[in-house]
Amino acid sequence: MADTALHATPVTTEARSVRLALSSVVLALTAVLLLAPLAVVFAEALRAGPLASLQAIGQPDALAAIRLTLLVAAIALPLNAAAGLAAAWAIAKFDFRGKALLITLIDVPFSVSPVVAGLALVLLYGSGGVLGDWLKAHDLKIVFALPGLVLATLFITFPFVARELIPVMAEQSRAEEEAALTLGASGWRMLRTVTLPNVRWALLYGVLLCNARAMGEFGAVAVISGKIRGQTTTMPILIEMLYNEYLSTAAFSMAALLATLALVTLALKSFLEWRHADLLAATRRH
Amino acid sequence: MHIDIDEIAKSYGATPALHPVSLSIPSGAMVALLGPSGSGKTTLLRILAGLEQPSSGRVLLDGADAIGTPVQKRRAGFVFQSYALFRHMSVFENIAYGLRARPRAERPTRAEIARRVQHLLELIRLPDIAQRYPGQLSGGQRQRVALARALATEPRMLLLDEPFGALDAQVRKELRTGLREIHDATGLTTVFVTHDQEEALTLADRVAVMSMGRIEQVGAPSEIRSRPATAFVRNFIAEESRLPA
Repeated sequence: MADTALHATPVTTEARSVRLALSSVVLALTAVLLLAPLAVVFAEALRAGPLASLQAIGQPDALAAIRLTLLVAAIALPLNAAAGLAAAWAIAKFDFRGKALLITLIDVPFSVSPVVAGLALVLLYGSGGVLGDWLKAHDLKIVFALPGLVLATLFITFPFVARELIPVMAEQSRAEEEAALTLGASGWRMLRTVTLPNVRWALLYGVLLCNARAMGEFGAVAVISGKIRGQTTTMPILIEMLYNEYLSTAAFSMAALLATLALVTLALKSFLEWRHADLLAATRRH
Repeated sequence: MHIDIDEIAKSYGATPALHPVSLSIPSGAMVALLGPSGSGKTTLLRILAGLEQPSSGRVLLDGADAIGTPVQKRRAGFVFQSYALFRHMSVFENIAYGLRARPRAERPTRAEIARRVQHLLELIRLPDIAQRYPGQLSGGQRQRVALARALATEPRMLLLDEPFGALDAQVRKELRTGLREIHDATGLTTVFVTHDQEEALTLADRVAVMSMGRIEQVGAPSEIRSRPATAFVRNFIAEESRLPA
């Protein structure tokens, strides 16, 4: 029938030569732009042998940086997940004055340079800053300390969860949530048993992306950290310091470790997608 | 339960969705809100359930003003147009949802919940699907599960929004009979919304014909058919009768 004829020559398919050319261009670009730099980092890290790499990572400063990076990410993630969820919920489910402004504000971290963000935080919380005197009077240390690192990371990674959630939440009608309410569920119970399970994949992706970015953030964190070795240096900052000191094995070993952490995040995302492919398909169908 | 709709009006910004409408629904009746899309019938149903607040007017449930009562406390079993089953939960969990959502003191025991769910599954004639997920059910089965879920909380009234809208003719006919049987067995005051005059006239005891946010006529199906009160009702009934079944 007409159907089969359509399948035989799909109108959207290009000639074989065009397809080949396009895919080779993409593959070549991916190799040059993405794979090659990563490969070089790992090669450089292992040039003096795996033992030297491990020793470099085992240095007290390096271990402190790893701990600090993981700690900052561990604090920033749940906070951003909650804030992103709240923002996405408000934007997707309700109409209110200032909604367009809120959507724009969420994107600010994408458009503002991280260095500028870091400087802004220093101006706000640093000594002589807007809140500096008050903080000093109450013996609260934000700049050049852990809270500053967390604030900078929160700022930079704020859009990730919200941006993932908004389209998914907007697409889902309110009917399931309303059904929960008519069945007597409280707002909190509805959120826990209906809303969250329906957006769990988007939430997970958002959190994973947020995590990768939180661990890798350099600009904003560098400004507010003060780069106190062993105290406020996260992995990206320590890598830069080591590199500037011509300690290339140490620098590249840390870089390889940081890249591995990010790759593990990516692998985890792909694994979950593969593992729950049927569930994903089922939830997206509606 | 006796429902009194007293001068209910609703507008969205400057757009009126319901002009003040009044309707009295006696206890145990089965009433159809019939009208074309945009006539305000779904808005009225949602106001009864507490899913929307009217701009003015009162809803009296057994004589008590219910406007301030939140949706959770209205005890209205609501069947949504697209059924709105929880897709990540099994049929059992869907039906048990309302019972599990009760405050701890009023929550039935596990065994009691299981017993009630099974009873409802038998009532809707689908005793063996407890472990399935909504995605694995046909349209007709989903509709019946939605009905069972709404009945599980022992509601005071049953509200259905286009309950047969998305089904083919054969299934539609079966489910109509099913709904009527359940209504007669439970004696629940039932209000359903439809744009299908044949459905309204064959299934309901009383029909309220709506247009442009107003109730044009209320009466028994035979009355609506034989003595249409307004030109709109006459045209609406006539027009649909000309369409092939």
